[in-house]
Amino acid sequence: MAGKYVHQSILRLEDPELITGNVQFLDDIELPGMLHAAFKRSDYAHARIKSIDVSEARKLPGVIGVYTAEDFGDYIKPGPLQVPPPTAIKGATYVARTTMPIAKDKVRFAGEPVAIVIAESRYIAEDACDLIYVDYEPLEAVVDLEKALQPGSPLVHEDLPSNEAGHVRQERGSWEEAVKEADLVIKRKFFINRNAGAAMENRGIIVQWDKHAKQMTIWCGTQSVIALRNQTAARLGLFESQVRVITPNTGGGFGPKINTSLPDDVLITYLAMKLDRPIKWVEDRRENFLATTSERDQVHYCELAVKRDGTIVGLKDFFYHNTGAYNPYMMTVPLNSQTHTVTNYRVPNFLTEFYVVFTNQMIVTPVRGAGRQYGVFVMERMLDAAARELGMSPVEIRRKNLLPANAYPYYTSIIGQDFVEGVLDSGDYPTSFQKTLELIEYDKFVNEVQPKLRAQGKKVGIGVACFSEGTGVGPYEGARVTVGGNGKVVVTTGYTSQGQAHYTTFAQIVADQLGVDVKDVKVITGDTGYFGWGAGTFASRGITVAGTATHLAAQKVRQKALKLASKILEAPEEELELADGVVRVADIPSKFISLGDLANLANPMRGTMEPGAEPGLEAVAYYGPPYGATGAGAVGLIIEVDPETMQVSLEKMAFVHDCGTPVNPMVVDGQIHGGIQMGIGDAFYEELIYDENGQLVTASFMDYLFPQATDMPKKLVLGHMETPSPLNPLGIKGVGEAGAIPIPSVFVQAVENALQETGVEFDRDTLSPSRIFTYVQQAKGA
Amino acid sequence: MAQTVKINVTVNGKQYEREVEPRLLLSDFIRHDLGLTGTHVGCEHGLCGACTVLMDGEAVRSCTIFAVQADGHEIQTVESLGTPDNLHPIQQAFIEKHALQCGFCTPGFLMTLVDYLGDNPNPTEEEIREAIDGNFCRCTGYFNIIEAVKLAAQKMASH
Repeated sequence: MAGKYVHQSILRLEDPELITGNVQFLDDIELPGMLHAAFKRSDYAHARIKSIDVSEARKLPGVIGVYTAEDFGDYIKPGPLQVPPPTAIKGATYVARTTMPIAKDKVRFAGEPVAIVIAESRYIAEDACDLIYVDYEPLEAVVDLEKALQPGSPLVHEDLPSNEAGHVRQERGSWEEAVKEADLVIKRKFFINRNAGAAMENRGIIVQWDKHAKQMTIWCGTQSVIALRNQTAARLGLFESQVRVITPNTGGGFGPKINTSLPDDVLITYLAMKLDRPIKWVEDRRENFLATTSERDQVHYCELAVKRDGTIVGLKDFFYHNTGAYNPYMMTVPLNSQTHTVTNYRVPNFLTEFYVVFTNQMIVTPVRGAGRQYGVFVMERMLDAAARELGMSPVEIRRKNLLPANAYPYYTSIIGQDFVEGVLDSGDYPTSFQKTLELIEYDKFVNEVQPKLRAQGKKVGIGVACFSEGTGVGPYEGARVTVGGNGKVVVTTGYTSQGQAHYTTFAQIVADQLGVDVKDVKVITGDTGYFGWGAGTFASRGITVAGTATHLAAQKVRQKALKLASKILEAPEEELELADGVVRVADIPSKFISLGDLANLANPMRGTMEPGAEPGLEAVAYYGPPYGATGAGAVGLIIEVDPETMQVSLEKMAFVHDCGTPVNPMVVDGQIHGGIQMGIGDAFYEELIYDENGQLVTASFMDYLFPQATDMPKKLVLGHMETPSPLNPLGIKGVGEAGAIPIPSVFVQAVENALQETGVEFDRDTLSPSRIFTYVQQAKGA
Repeated sequence: MAQTVKINVTVNGKQYEREVEPRLLLSDFIRHDLGLTGTHVGCEHGLCGACTVLMDGEAVRSCTIFAVQADGHEIQTVESLGTPDNLHPIQQAFIEKHALQCGFCTPGFLMTLVDYLGDNPNPTEEEIREAIDGNFCRCTGYFNIIEAVKLAAQKMASH
């Protein structure tokens, strides 16, 4: 669906201010009398706190207060669940051990706060942290995912019988029957590890309490202003309307910024009230690595039952999922992994089961991709293994099993993170796969290029992988569209932005409906003072859910404008059009009224109004889909491995995706680009490595390898598919996470292909030069 | 009160005389003492490049330099480049190529590139990748930044 603006690559409206430094990010905000916070964090992953001595810290000039758990009394308790438990799934079990705002008696991960200092400057606050002495009794740390569930393992939460945090089992058909029907059952074990969100701007918060107005203002680059407002109000006994949460410009989100009721917001809201001074806390990079949230490891035991011709008859997957020390985000990540193993190919029978496990590590919550890539990785790896054992090509086995173009709506028989059975609404997976093969020139590479290069001794390889992405899930988002007396339009929404171009894309949607210049539409996101309803920025749902709500609100305003103009211009509504900022009679362009004048007339100051009429050229709309829209695509990759160093050079990547209607194709490409980079990090550079004591040994950019410009593919070709979603009027599906999802799958396949003669087979999603070397040595029997 | 040192620093053509603690980072001095918040801080250990500014015309990381080390030197920050109505060619190129998303890392890229393109007006793609290798971006995958640098070089050549 295309309009004057929708489906056009217009340049971003927010850029001129953003690129000249004329905007405010959180740490740019200075308030009179503002104090600064710093946290004293645990050096141990698992230890009992015997005592904390804060006396010296309190004496330091400039220190206002030093607080440990006991100073907060009953205020300190585990926070609320951020996501409901999976009660919609039959037989699912879970326990909730949610985030402690500050450690009491025991620390459960290295980096967990044990004290907070409030001081006149951040420098002084950090000095004071060094003067806090904690006496710990170290305990054995729970680090290994599988050992954590063995009898006799130390317990992260000693009130529980084991480290098990939950269990989910979902099935379709019969795995036993599939085994009987199959010619071959392939078994593999996979290790998956995942990266940090690592947004360039770390987290932070500023809290101001106005004791006269009894009003709290919070500035925070959160991905959910509504959750932050509601949980703060509930904790402090305030009305939601007494708490205003404002998101300043935010330097990336990628998942971890969705969390609320973390130590900073819980403690700093309380202390800002108590001390009657504004307080700022800005996370540093080390704290971000140690103690924000991230994703982590899974271990999968998978079996694939196939016919001799490669047809899948069934899949059985059993996996463990690391949830870290607490599980406020419940099962979103493992549920995404579970659903995405079986939602791209025809899998008539499946049995998939997982255990969630507590460990002495940082809390696990979604990072771009949110577990989907693990599910995709497992299935793609199983197909590679099956192709290898059946003597088929990776292309052939995928073609054989991809859901056909006429499969939609396709009922997946599996309940996902939105707690409804998954339905693939639309798509054409075989065509996007075919397009990918053409763009990467698969046949030419395999038949001509590769043999030639191999003859020269070059280790070049190719891979192909497919993926789907459940996006745009419920519950709902909302928007208000208001035409001002100046004829310009304001859109407000509770949705939050971290760089996704909503200030442009939402404006494009509105400008098309109201016939105004897109530059005359101002979008305000993530400020509860303007709009107080919504869920948050997650699951690639911005343009799909909040964008659709914006579209519906603009349509309502359009109807209002037409109705009022019809009376004033004395012409039937169907003869009117909205264009150039006016409503005019289509055939008589001189007969018009401007939107600004209409807006004023829609808000009469004297006289009467029709019963039931609502004032203003303004409307609010909400949109909540019955289930998410599913995007999809495929990727091809050509790489070269240096046999001396095992460094992998990415020669060419072709990426085809389908997000239905792209509201702004330029922005869509940008989202794919960023996802690809994160996927490359995931596959070859980034890794949160914990040692046997639960210490994160990659807690700086010196050790945690952030993908740089020289690590990106030398050539990238994007391909586009547009199968509109029937779920919303613009036909949109989400795309924010797509790029990140299939990269580890394609990367390991391509490296395997390059090193074909060694017979190496990878069973993990994160490689590195030394890992490749080790695998090759093992394959050689060395 | 901690011991302070008097420094004289020229920032964006304006002279500042301030008393600062010897341990104050140049990035904090620029952002919090002078209120020039266009320079951003991403890692505070010299890796991500978000805080890059020019010191006597050379790109440096302001998070690993003390303010006292800038005494007697000339600093340029992103605020010295263009304004929304009068953008620097590199800024214009970044917008035209959609080379920024959240925009947090962008000032660091711009300052790196002002220095780099000044010395290398006609870089190859490979040289561009090398030139920006010390600046991290999490949103763009660098693809559009590389395109923007090519465009910026063209724009600057025709200026």
